[in-house]
Amino acid sequence: MNNIDRQQLQRLLSEEHAQLVEVLPAPEYDEAHLPGALNIPLEQLGSQALPRLDRDRPVVVYCYDTQ
Amino acid sequence: MSPRAAWRLESLGFRRVYDYVAGKADWMASGLPVDGSTSPSTRIAGIARPSVPRCHLDETIGDVRGRIEGWEICVVVNHENVVLGVVTAKSVGTLDDAQRIDTVMREGPSTFRPDVAVAELAAHLRERKVRRALVTRSDGTLIGLVRAADLSQESQLAERSRG
Repeated sequence: MNNIDRQQLQRLLSEEHAQLVEVLPAPEYDEAHLPGALNIPLEQLGSQALPRLDRDRPVVVYCYDTQ
Repeated sequence: MSPRAAWRLESLGFRRVYDYVAGKADWMASGLPVDGSTSPSTRIAGIARPSVPRCHLDETIGDVRGRIEGWEICVVVNHENVVLGVVTAKSVGTLDDAQRIDTVMREGPSTFRPDVAVAELAAHLRERKVRRALVTRSDGTLIGLVRAADLSQESQLAERSRG
């Protein structure tokens, strides 16, 4: 697992078609999320990651901040 | 939370997993767009006036005097558009037109990130009896100016839409 900054995120999205996942609860995702992001709350990753994400492409996860 | 999510994905067999640790707060603070139900006008980025006059350190009061009219303020920026200070119509006053901006500007003005809520900034300005605020990205570059009057109009519109 690698930590990345905003510039690295933008490069992964544009050049490597990374899958972007917000892991916050749905109400926070509904209010505002990064363009193109999917919502898979942390507690649902175990059941939803495999059906919804491609394991052969990069995946970037994020929440609100470093907390 | 996102580090745990990243480790969980790795445990599920995902090989290339990245954690954007600074997250949504960093994205919005840099002025980038977001999707979702929040109206852009509930954040100060949506109402900041990008046409606020700008000038450089090596300009003179004579260069800037005309730009300030109608705004009462000119933002001093470097060539990367990073905010260095401000000059106001009041501070320029009747000073000599040949005087350089860097000798009269007020350095280090307070700035606000674009994802700050309109209501939050309105309360802040009311409390400090300030009439305007500069909006900058997390790298210090200028987005625009918000006037206290703009904030009260937005707050009233938000109240009406809720009603």
